[in-house]
Amino acid sequence: MKLNKASLFALIAVLELAGDTEKQLSTTDIAQKHGISTHHLAKIMRNLTHAGLVQAVRGAGGGYRFSGNVRRTTLLDVIQLFETLESELDVPHWGSDGDPIIGELLSITSEIDNLTKAVLDTITLATALKNTRIRAELQTGQTSPGGVAS
Amino acid sequence: MKEQVSIRDAVASDLDAVISLDQWAPQDAKPDYWSSVFDHYVRRDKTDRLFLVAESGNVVVGFIIGEVRAWEFGSPPCGWVFALAVSSERRQLGIGQQLFEEISNRLKQAGVTTVRTMVDRDDKLTLSFFRGLGLCTGKYLELEKQID
Repeated sequence: MKLNKASLFALIAVLELAGDTEKQLSTTDIAQKHGISTHHLAKIMRNLTHAGLVQAVRGAGGGYRFSGNVRRTTLLDVIQLFETLESELDVPHWGSDGDPIIGELLSITSEIDNLTKAVLDTITLATALKNTRIRAELQTGQTSPGGVAS
Repeated sequence: MKEQVSIRDAVASDLDAVISLDQWAPQDAKPDYWSSVFDHYVRRDKTDRLFLVAESGNVVVGFIIGEVRAWEFGSPPCGWVFALAVSSERRQLGIGQQLFEEISNRLKQAGVTTVRTMVDRDDKLTLSFFRGLGLCTGKYLELEKQID
């Protein structure tokens, strides 16, 4: 699986803001912290706003604030705002009576796509944030109960 | 918000409460199914078969069932959780988490270091619940085929 840049940047921004729902951050703040393009992120933030996941805060000290539900929004919910996660086989003329080899390959890629989506659709932002915190604690040498799958 | 409940081993008199919490077994199949489960997991003194209930004010508000299974599919002994339910009025209070943590402790005492479960991939809520407790995709893949 290869996420496109828009999905990846959206996940970074949403997780950054959802970690503290009171926090307001500008596009530049998020982009600089994670080393990503401010210009590209600005367009993504507009999509996230339209989807109701973040809210633009006007005025001095404004920026964006998370406005979704961390326990009900999954990684797939965010990704699907930007891409379908369908594998692409470059076979333009395949139909129901088409080449059985291509049909089999499409069936296999569909199975893989469904598994990928099943995983991403069950990891909520809350779970990803919890694992992120545990990972950060481990990196700074603090002990923590439980663990994070590598 | 977290509701503190007491968690104890199920006893025979919990049967009706457990049946009323179960949302999965068909209504007419429930008594027979649960009677056999109680025979297997409650009425026998085995440390590797666990049937726990969560109680709040003398009311059973949830249950969890699991056991140690060894060498199925070539797997070394591991814990399996195959049933978990919490009263619909008491959801999101941490009761399911307390039940899972307690059965994990008991399974660990029984000598295993891995716990597994299986969930319908369309059951997003339950999958998200287990994900939130740290479970992730394991090394075994479930395979199936229509044979009719």
